[in-house]
Amino acid sequence: MEHMNWNGFKTGIWQDEINVRDFIQQNYKEYTGDAAFLADATPRTKKLMSKLQTLFAVERQFGGVLDIDTTTVSSLKNYAPGYLDKENELIVGLQTNRPLKRGVNPFGGMRMAKQACEAYGYELSEKVQTEFRYRTTHNDGVFRAYTDEMRAARKCHVITGLPDAYGRGRIIGDYRRVALYGVDRLIAEKKKDKAKLALNNFNTDEVRLDEELFQQITFLGYLKEMAAMYGYDISAPAANAREAIQWTYFAYLGAIKEQNGAAMSLGRVSTFFDIYLERDIANGTLTEEGAQELMDDFVMKLRMARHLRTPEYNELFGGDPMWITEAVGGVGEDGRTLVTKNSFRMLNTLYTLGSSPEPNLTVLWSQQLPENFKRFCAKVSADTDSIQYENDDLMRPIYGDDYAIACCVSAMKVGKQMQFFGARCNLPKLLLIAINGGYDTSSKMHIGPQMPVMDVEKLDYDEVMARYEIYLAWLSRLYVNTMNVIHYMHDKYAYEKTQMALHDTDVHRFMAFGVAGLSVVADSLSAIRYASVKPVKDESGFIVDFVTDGTFPKYGNDDDRVDLIAKDMAHRVITELRKTPTYRGAEHTLSVLTITSNVMYGKNTAATPDGRKNGEPFAPGANPMHNREENGALASLNSVAKISYDDCRDGISNTFSITPDALGKTEDERIGNLVAILDGYFAQMAHHINVNVLSRETLMKAYENPEAYPNLTIRVSGYAVNFNKLSREQQREVISRTFHESM
Amino acid sequence: MTGRVHSFQSLGTVDGPGVRFVVFFQGCNLRCKCCHNPDTWSPSGGNAYSAQEIVSRVKRFRSYFGREGGITLSGGEPLLQAEFAREIFTLCHAEGIHTCLDTSGSILNDAVRALLAETDRVLLDIKYTSDEAYRENVRCPMETPMAFLDHLDAQKIPTTIRQVIIPTVNDDEENILALRDIVRLHSCVDKVELLPFRKICTTKYENMGIPFPFGHLPEAKREDVERLKALLN
Repeated sequence: MEHMNWNGFKTGIWQDEINVRDFIQQNYKEYTGDAAFLADATPRTKKLMSKLQTLFAVERQFGGVLDIDTTTVSSLKNYAPGYLDKENELIVGLQTNRPLKRGVNPFGGMRMAKQACEAYGYELSEKVQTEFRYRTTHNDGVFRAYTDEMRAARKCHVITGLPDAYGRGRIIGDYRRVALYGVDRLIAEKKKDKAKLALNNFNTDEVRLDEELFQQITFLGYLKEMAAMYGYDISAPAANAREAIQWTYFAYLGAIKEQNGAAMSLGRVSTFFDIYLERDIANGTLTEEGAQELMDDFVMKLRMARHLRTPEYNELFGGDPMWITEAVGGVGEDGRTLVTKNSFRMLNTLYTLGSSPEPNLTVLWSQQLPENFKRFCAKVSADTDSIQYENDDLMRPIYGDDYAIACCVSAMKVGKQMQFFGARCNLPKLLLIAINGGYDTSSKMHIGPQMPVMDVEKLDYDEVMARYEIYLAWLSRLYVNTMNVIHYMHDKYAYEKTQMALHDTDVHRFMAFGVAGLSVVADSLSAIRYASVKPVKDESGFIVDFVTDGTFPKYGNDDDRVDLIAKDMAHRVITELRKTPTYRGAEHTLSVLTITSNVMYGKNTAATPDGRKNGEPFAPGANPMHNREENGALASLNSVAKISYDDCRDGISNTFSITPDALGKTEDERIGNLVAILDGYFAQMAHHINVNVLSRETLMKAYENPEAYPNLTIRVSGYAVNFNKLSREQQREVISRTFHESM
Repeated sequence: MTGRVHSFQSLGTVDGPGVRFVVFFQGCNLRCKCCHNPDTWSPSGGNAYSAQEIVSRVKRFRSYFGREGGITLSGGEPLLQAEFAREIFTLCHAEGIHTCLDTSGSILNDAVRALLAETDRVLLDIKYTSDEAYRENVRCPMETPMAFLDHLDAQKIPTTIRQVIIPTVNDDEENILALRDIVRLHSCVDKVELLPFRKICTTKYENMGIPFPFGHLPEAKREDVERLKALLN
């Protein structure tokens, strides 16, 4: 197939089938040079950005939400076009009719939508409530089907943060398809798939898919109408770079108008755009300044994306995140790196527009990345604390070279794989429930198999592990079944029509489970094994505290005695989970990632044998517990690197904070050393690292005087946040973490 | 053989080139008034390790060393356990790991010479540039570190000279010019680092219940150190 808008592109199978990867491989131009070619922000960009900064400031003053449209249900065509600065914008499109104004999205659950409005002094209109009176939301469906035990597990927080009242997210549409093929071609292909499906016997799976295809096709039509409202016809392929970015953005915009998923990630667009930018630059129709302007405008739009959340939601996922994760870099299967000039431009937006948590820029690190690019990444990290790194050498053999990251650490082939997001279970709480024979002292609830409280003077490792296995088996089955309910209902009542239209019809599904408190449970088991742990009972005979005598190895010191306990724990969890079948035959995966929920998980968990007090936060993700590291930063990285990605295919998150002085004496040394650290960590097949180069003093100052640090961005478990948008409790937890300092 | 070690720092970025695994030796023969590790003085503190144990640890961090990094022995004073240090370095060299020695250069005997034969780079503290200041603030004559430096020069061992800049004690131009002369006379020296005097060690002294001799002095200002650095060129 040919199209005039493809003139100048190398031909390939991408023309005959939907295959963005092939288009990229045939056409991209690897760049191994340095950052010297980059252009600064133009006066136009600066003016727009300063306008946006003003809006951000007002939003902050209004308590985090600028405005809510309480009378319109968010969807693709429900708002009049909105602009930041209509005359000067290069890329257009807003979620509602005004910048930063949030829409309401009750498809996940009406109660959440109402509470979210109320939390910011608004009231959800009678109109919207009436519209939904006879409609079942995802949340309604889930709670119709939840068993008593599922409710209890949720209530006592042994499983928490489940997407049962809001959009599940973590699905990445291949938004690039709209730019490369135009919507008409995508509709035609989906119609072909629908016709092919009609040749099968029709049972549950086929009927469901057939209806889904109907919805996908309908919403592709809506996407065209949405773009037409802004004066664009996106039925045909994009003709130039500006259109390619605009078409892609419209597709993403359609997705976030339709869905308020927890993480609405972008995918892997930078190198794709580079092909169009290069074509225009070669044609003489675009300059380097112009290319940076287009990327700046695009990124500005992404930074304006908002969803309306409740305070309870913010407690789990602090900082108002969208996880507009963009994967940059990586290596192709043929050995050429996927670094292009536009990989640099994407990172350069942190300079042209200033540092920012969104989009969630994720560098796919490989030992083979060009040295110049490695050094630029390290410089940007040290300057802005806004990038995270994930191991391309680890993921490429599994996902190929056109995967992206959903949310923080969840890899999936773009447009070919999706996941059912499943929050996380609380491993330290499970340990306490096991020791107490099926009683949770925090919530005062009986849950799980009922047996006597462990009646011993001193806890014995083997006895505790035997108990733990029983409870882990119980929880794992319950967890899978709970997820099955949630995702059945989400598909039924809040199916992602736009995003799934931008996937292959035959999609591979993951079901992503998670654990919180891995380091707490590892250290607790280490204490039981290597020190003496005496249980302390309350008047009712339940164990509420522990007296731990003697020293024990602690996770984070590159000590196999405890690190292998952590590794083994992750292995046991995924092994147990795999025993229960999943909805739609999804592949079980596991993450060690908490976002900011480690604070809330800790709050709901009693004292643990490792010496952690009742209510004290857990460490985030796979991080060692704060201030238990005795051998410096790399020993801590080595401990985390031991957790196996084969057990945790949904990602292993590690957050690393270091003071500038501890990284080296000069900027040049700091960059070189950071590159060496990343190379060294990932050479051990570690999965992920957030890098913060800053001092505790800076955070203390920002804590005391937030107004003076409006744009202070820091990386936390798997994403970046504006420090000021965290709750005071979350801020204190971040400050209390280990900062690697020089001796 | 075994030796006494105060602690390990798996991410050393300021004690030698690149990323380094730093082993802080226990025990010191000097009592510098500006010392920031008084907890390493006593020869009986710390823990005993075999050279083999230490090298097994170092090897776990190899992937971070890149082209430049490696092991650094610091302290305390590694020269006090020169044979132990030499065994570590020999084992490291067998593994292809770059070796760096952070020392005051205040001991020079056969064991030390044997250690230096296995040393790829020396970070030599030239604490002052006069014998008087050395005797007053370090309790050692200046001739030993100078002889040590001459030996490094003769053996052509790449050397970084370091000096802590202490306000009112050695932050004068005269001292820096004298230091420059020392550097010029020794072609093994390819780098000079002036380190600002810091007092983050104050709590260590407090915990040990001993006075910090230079505790009354202010910390060095970065700009003053930069100004003095310019004089070295």
